[in-house]
Amino acid sequence: MGKSRSMLVRFMDEKPETIVLTEEQKRSRRARSIAIALALGALVILFYVVTLVKGPAVLNRPL
Amino acid sequence: MSFVSENPDFAAPVQSAGARVGPSVASVSDYVALMKPRVMSLVVFTALVGLMIAPGHVHPVIGFTALLCIAVAAGAAGALNMWYDADIDAVMTRTAKRPIPRGRVAPGEALAFGLTLAGFSIAVLGLLVNWVAAVLLAFTVFFYVVVYTMWLKRTTPQNIVIGGAAGAFPPMIGWAAVTGGLSVEPCLLFLVIFFWTPPHFWALSLNRTSEYARARVPMLPVVAGADETRRQILIYSLVLAPIGAAPWLLGYAGAIYGVVAVVAGALMVGLAWRMKNVRDGRAGEHAANQLFAFSILYLFVLFAVLLVTGGPLTQSA
Repeated sequence: MGKSRSMLVRFMDEKPETIVLTEEQKRSRRARSIAIALALGALVILFYVVTLVKGPAVLNRPL
Repeated sequence: MSFVSENPDFAAPVQSAGARVGPSVASVSDYVALMKPRVMSLVVFTALVGLMIAPGHVHPVIGFTALLCIAVAAGAAGALNMWYDADIDAVMTRTAKRPIPRGRVAPGEALAFGLTLAGFSIAVLGLLVNWVAAVLLAFTVFFYVVVYTMWLKRTTPQNIVIGGAAGAFPPMIGWAAVTGGLSVEPCLLFLVIFFWTPPHFWALSLNRTSEYARARVPMLPVVAGADETRRQILIYSLVLAPIGAAPWLLGYAGAIYGVVAVVAGALMVGLAWRMKNVRDGRAGEHAANQLFAFSILYLFVLFAVLLVTGGPLTQSA
């Protein structure tokens, strides 16, 4: 009981292993995040403009 | 010549390439390269022509949306092609610097990127333009990735003949985006690109036979030899020339298109004939390169004339 308790305490004291990104990886991740944000923003604008263009017909989608 | 390569070596992919673990180092430009921007530009151009010559009116925003979706889907297909063909790309000089063989993008990243873009572009085209165009676009992506890339490319020397259909669909999609359906005219444009593809790609592959052989891709020059390839290029050019002029012959395009198509078709056949006879050394290589370069001009000029003069449809409207 005492042994397992001390093992548990030691496990909780250890820092979890994490991945440390290099500067290059951080830069590319940031650039990718910006690109995704811009793409999503463009998609929102596109849907908004198409809704204005189509008006009520936006709900009419015959196959 | 058998339809399917009997050499089992051609069916077996070589070692997987580009395997990388750990955090991604891919830049935005790597992802842009995955989308094959040059191929994408040709797809967008031919789709634009299909869209512009179609009868009826489409709002510029809807037209732009259709072209955007077609462009993104073409990019998705390119990314999925690079994902599956990373092993081939790694051993060919022309493709060794692509993002996956270079280790810039992991294969799984390319797969996720391609699937996401394909799904989004098809859904957006369906929701914002129409579902006929969206179904055609989905079929085009499926045909390029599954039928051409995964099946035909590694198994038969007819790979780019049948697979060329994937590159021929965009004008039909552009047309369908406006009309919500199809008719003879976009099918003619399909046939022009379909019969243009074999002489175009075989002329390119003639000077890269050893690379295709090393990558175990059964391109026609590898399987049937250079002489048979030259003969096939001439035959396809002879078929292409009248098909290129067909929109004019059938009354769907004006006289300017007719003159351009006849002259360009004659030049194409002339260059193919010259390539068949000039086989050896630098002169042979030069003849193949000339035909390859001219084939790009041929397709561009024909579609540009249609775009500028308008199709039949805008003239009669």
